Amino acid sequence: MKDTTGIDRPIIALQGVEKYYGDYQALRGITADIGAGEFFSLLGPSGCGKTTLLRTIAGFEAPSAGRLSIDGRDMSRVPANRRPTNMVFQSYAIFPHLSVAENVGFGLRRSALSKEENSRRVGEALEMVGLGGYGSRAAHALSGGQRQRVALARALILKPKVLLLDEPLSALDRKLRETMQMELRKLQRQVGITFVLVTHDQEEALIMSDRIAVMFDGQIAQLDDPQTLYRRPVSRQVADFIGVMNFLPAQAEAQEGRQVAVTIPGLGRAEIDAEQVPGGLHPGQAASVGIRPETMSILFAGEETERRVAQATVEDLAYYGDMTYYTVRMRGVDAPLTISMKNLVGRPVLARGTETRVAWDARSLVLFA
Amino acid sequence: MGLRIYAVLYLIFLYAPIALLPIFAFNDGTIIAFPLRGFTTEWFRQLTEIPALHGAVLNSLIIAVSSAVIATLLGICAARAATRFVFPGKKGIMGLIMLPLVLPEIIVAVSLLVVLLQLGLPLGAWTVVLGHVLICVPFSVAILNSAFQSLDVSLEEAAIDLGETRWSSFRLITLPLVMPGIISSLLISFTISLDEFIIAFFLTGTDPTLPVYLWGQLRFPQKIPVVMALGTLLVLASVILLAVAEYVRRRGAARTGQRDTGGLM
Repeated sequence: MKDTTGIDRPIIALQGVEKYYGDYQALRGITADIGAGEFFSLLGPSGCGKTTLLRTIAGFEAPSAGRLSIDGRDMSRVPANRRPTNMVFQSYAIFPHLSVAENVGFGLRRSALSKEENSRRVGEALEMVGLGGYGSRAAHALSGGQRQRVALARALILKPKVLLLDEPLSALDRKLRETMQMELRKLQRQVGITFVLVTHDQEEALIMSDRIAVMFDGQIAQLDDPQTLYRRPVSRQVADFIGVMNFLPAQAEAQEGRQVAVTIPGLGRAEIDAEQVPGGLHPGQAASVGIRPETMSILFAGEETERRVAQATVEDLAYYGDMTYYTVRMRGVDAPLTISMKNLVGRPVLARGTETRVAWDARSLVLFA
Repeated sequence: MGLRIYAVLYLIFLYAPIALLPIFAFNDGTIIAFPLRGFTTEWFRQLTEIPALHGAVLNSLIIAVSSAVIATLLGICAARAATRFVFPGKKGIMGLIMLPLVLPEIIVAVSLLVVLLQLGLPLGAWTVVLGHVLICVPFSVAILNSAFQSLDVSLEEAAIDLGETRWSSFRLITLPLVMPGIISSLLISFTISLDEFIIAFFLTGTDPTLPVYLWGQLRFPQKIPVVMALGTLLVLASVILLAVAEYVRRRGAARTGQRDTGGLM
């Protein structure tokens, strides 16, 4: 596992955390540090253990093995209601029989504040999530986006060290989700609290996070910042999950220095930097290369390039408005490739069956086993 | 059209005897037959002058309240377990709890009597409560199941997450939300126990419940109009109680914005 921890101070330390449900192992030894003030995402397909891990941090699940400490304190004997964490649930879990203000102020019940102090803090929390003046509304009459904001205000009013978010945006429609992504990010910077987000949406994770842990089968497959994760995925599985990746069969051999020679049927021979080989993979074992759709381009009539060029036929295309996704077949390559092109002014959209040239760059290749 | 006639006949057959109760309760004559003789409230006045009847009413009220409370407490536990947890044998256990719903009451009554006599336990109000709890619990569970099912499992966890203990989050969140179901269960169990005859007849010992007392009075023809008057009051009380129970349940569901998930009516 590649772990470029650029964090100042860990607020959550996970060490070999395992979780069994009967014979089923949901977490297989999770070791990671989450930094103070970081926006951290747990990303993976359903059933990968990301929610179990979040609930373990919250204290709703006890780990079968391993250690979890928050802010330097071991959490094995600290129940959920005494942990310095608060959670935004996937269903928001808004108390339907209470008003918005009573929902938001629920966590203050135990701190014996004066009535004025209580309502001042509730007002502040509502203001923070853009729901100022909604305090007296009935909670069950709110829209989805408003419920989500109430859940946020309710969790943040206790000023937790860590805010845990369990797929908080998955129930919202696309437009609202995109707005909330930006707002959540802004809110996190503003309050400076560590956010741990569980999501299955790779785009959401890339947009919002400082660092992302990609999980498969109860293990962290890769923990990196979004750019490294996207450009240098450590395995085919990660590459396939994050964005779109073309895979081509290839052979590679190590050269002197930091160079690796790769032979790709259809594209030819290329020299790549050792940095493009995932840690732990011997170039000799490499069986395929990955290349992102946007790192290749269609060369339109008369265009010249200093990059490598290959011949291809447009087999299919999908027009997205801002982008066109071409499915092309290169001479001598079995698998079709996806290439994305921005629809710039004056740039044509090619028809199916068009013969064209495709430019590519060895610097964007990644080797996989 | 044929179906409509059938439905109307069916309803007449079902409710006509009940409609006869108030008619003869106000009829000025001791013989239950048409033509009617005239209007009187004499039979209702006589009701107030029978000490044995008052004892039976009190006895019935104590039994009905106890049965309702115990059956509802057990129902809360069963419904919460059934909707919240997965455990081995859950289906079988729930089936056993619901079984008295379809078991002939006479069998329940006779078996309970045999067991109690074998154990050498004295019959009395508490043995009737025992039998009534048995037949009320399935109704209570049916009502409360639907109340618990419409609750989001995360609600209690959210309260715990915000600093409450398991018990206080149950008290502050779950209890108020299922309260309409609890009240509905109390009222329906109360009504079932109040009206129940067979089990009470077998297990009541020397202090009869109201239905058992009523049955005893039927042997004296001159008392039949009084029985009619009493029956009229009982039907009225039952209808009012059931209506209140359903009203409370629906209002509770509407207030918390939940979808109406059925209940008994």
